[in-house]
Amino acid sequence: MLIDGLSLLLLIAGMIFFLAGTLGVLRFPDVYTRLHALTKADNVGLGLIVAALALQAPAWAVVGKLILVWLLVLVASTLSCHLVARTAQRRGVTPWQ
Amino acid sequence: MTLVYLGGALFLLLTLVAGLWRVLRGPTAADRMLAAQLFGTTAVACLLLLAEADRAPALRDVALVFALLAVVAVVTFVRRNWRAAGEDLDAD
Repeated sequence: MLIDGLSLLLLIAGMIFFLAGTLGVLRFPDVYTRLHALTKADNVGLGLIVAALALQAPAWAVVGKLILVWLLVLVASTLSCHLVARTAQRRGVTPWQ
Repeated sequence: MTLVYLGGALFLLLTLVAGLWRVLRGPTAADRMLAAQLFGTTAVACLLLLAEADRAPALRDVALVFALLAVVAVVTFVRRNWRAAGEDLDAD
């Protein structure tokens, strides 16, 4: 019972980060700040959801696969957001301030 | 607990739809690509939740592949048709 409650809590926290990330991408004024909001949703939101699911996972192999997915998304979103930011800067996209 | 997972997956889909507005309005191509990246991650989270809700372990592999494809899409976009001015084709 405790584990269910804990994973529910983690799940809700993950949802909050996803909502914050999406709102950030919608509301922020320029590319760089949107990148910032986007990676928050990716890394922390997904991390919390993976933690919530790992508690319920029937076997250790499943936990390993979940963590593998999270690590891949960590590296992937970091790399692609850095690439977009660097190219945007080279193309002269100026920060909004 | 299954209901909780399905509710979470539904909520993620709603944030996905909210993200579509950024694709529509995004002034530069980079913003549209950002939204695509956000969709990738939201879809991965959604798939993981569904894998747990329906007890379908295959969905976790789908989430893994999806995470990979989202990156390939963004990298291909940046390297191929959004070149920085004066950047020659085979630089770094």
